[in-house]
Amino acid sequence: MIVAERKPFDEIMEMVASCKRVLVLGCGGCVTVCLTGGERQAEMLASQLRLAAGAKGLAMEVDFDSITRQCDKEFFANLKKDLASYDAVVSIACGVGVQYMGEQFASARILPGMNTQHLAANTAPGVWTEYCHGCGECVLAWTGGICPIARCSKSLVNGACGGTNHGKCEVKAEMDCGWLLIYKKLQETGRLDELRKLRPPRNWRKDRSDGVRRLVLKDMVEEETKS
Amino acid sequence: MSEPISKLQAALAAGQFVVTGEVGPPKGTNVGPVLHEAEEYLKNSVTAVNVTDIQTAVMRAGSMAFSHMLVDRDIEPVYQMVCRDRNRLALQSDLLSAYTLGIRNVLALTGDHTTMGDHKEAKGVYDLDSVGLLQAMSILESGQDMGLDMKGNPNKLDGAPRFFKGCCVTPCTDEIEPQIIKLEKKVEAGAQFVQTQAVYDPAAFEKFMSGIAHLKVPVLVGIVMLKHAGMAKYMNNFVPGVVVPDWIIKKLSEAAKEDRQKVSIDICGQLIREMKHCCQGAHLMTLGWDMCMPSIVQAAGLA
Repeated sequence: MIVAERKPFDEIMEMVASCKRVLVLGCGGCVTVCLTGGERQAEMLASQLRLAAGAKGLAMEVDFDSITRQCDKEFFANLKKDLASYDAVVSIACGVGVQYMGEQFASARILPGMNTQHLAANTAPGVWTEYCHGCGECVLAWTGGICPIARCSKSLVNGACGGTNHGKCEVKAEMDCGWLLIYKKLQETGRLDELRKLRPPRNWRKDRSDGVRRLVLKDMVEEETKS
Repeated sequence: MSEPISKLQAALAAGQFVVTGEVGPPKGTNVGPVLHEAEEYLKNSVTAVNVTDIQTAVMRAGSMAFSHMLVDRDIEPVYQMVCRDRNRLALQSDLLSAYTLGIRNVLALTGDHTTMGDHKEAKGVYDLDSVGLLQAMSILESGQDMGLDMKGNPNKLDGAPRFFKGCCVTPCTDEIEPQIIKLEKKVEAGAQFVQTQAVYDPAAFEKFMSGIAHLKVPVLVGIVMLKHAGMAKYMNNFVPGVVVPDWIIKKLSEAAKEDRQKVSIDICGQLIREMKHCCQGAHLMTLGWDMCMPSIVQAAGLA
């Protein structure tokens, strides 16, 4: 899932300080699961903004709303509020939601209430850890199911660097060295030969160096065109 | 085997026990003092001098220009290249440039992470890893580059470089097998010599060397000069894969301040004497104490 962290309150307040009417818009997708951008958080942020505006003597009206997913048009009909009637809409979806809402509701001003972070698993209560970088060319088959692109801080492809230190990474003492995890896993499963193979430099075009990426399901597109 | 292309390669091929030194370009344009130190203390006591490449991610003058300045002064450089700051276009281009400037020895390194240095918000590149950089050098030597022409065929170079290609390994890290596997891959990718991370434990080093005997690649054991006990303890706590044993810390802490340099020289000399039998040379990182190099060579019984 995509995880996103709410922006510092002061930053959001500054964005909307000059607005008379503000809507906080939650998303029922990933950010609800990671407890940062759902309906409940939208309601809370709306009251925080109301209180802060009141304390500053600003005449600001703040409402909240939430839809199932801000990244899918299908759910836009469920909006209870008219976005264009607000001076600003603070979306607390991920960056996809913010942009897609902005594209679909061109007359509304959609502002980001979140810093979108990464693709994560819920590794402990209240903890979401990055597992996938979305690099476009999965290597997990030969790395013991542990991703060196996401979990090695240098995204190396041929094994640990000299910064590996008692299983941890030189970048942060609490961060595991991804390549040591891979080594241990391959060793335990008798597959160290995978580590011995020389891996060529990566094709970063599959990552971000080819510009904007799109997933196109040809069959579905053709079906749509026919009907 | 073709003719050696550098003094370093020739000396190793001749079976000499080789000593290399290291200098770091300055943070600024004042290259005079470091060049002076290199001419005064390193030129006549070592075979080649490594030039660090934005070492520990602390921004400074570049290693290619400085390596070239050493060439001009008849001091043979080992041009260090890290993968942190340049993509494959820039790395290959710099390799061609370095060759045209008379640089022959190149040491391929991953490079300390940007967050270790003084520009923590910089974007790390790591387009290639150290193995990939060695592959890049081998490809350039073959007269091609890593790209393709319009028809999808490998590009041809108008003049191919030749390098004496080096790499690094950490012999005293807590998990040795992954280091050895990676070293095997570096050699497969073209590495012809190895300069190690700092070693202070001759027994552990000898064990490591027997573990890589099958690679038949010359190894220069790395030693960082320890200037005082605090530095030794710092290295134990914060430098991955470096273990300074208690006897060294004790020697340094018992030394009077004015004797520290001499004690440090003696420690280097003793370490080299104890490890000389199982490796092909020593890489001494004097960290500004370049004036000690002639004495270390003497203390090691190599003068």
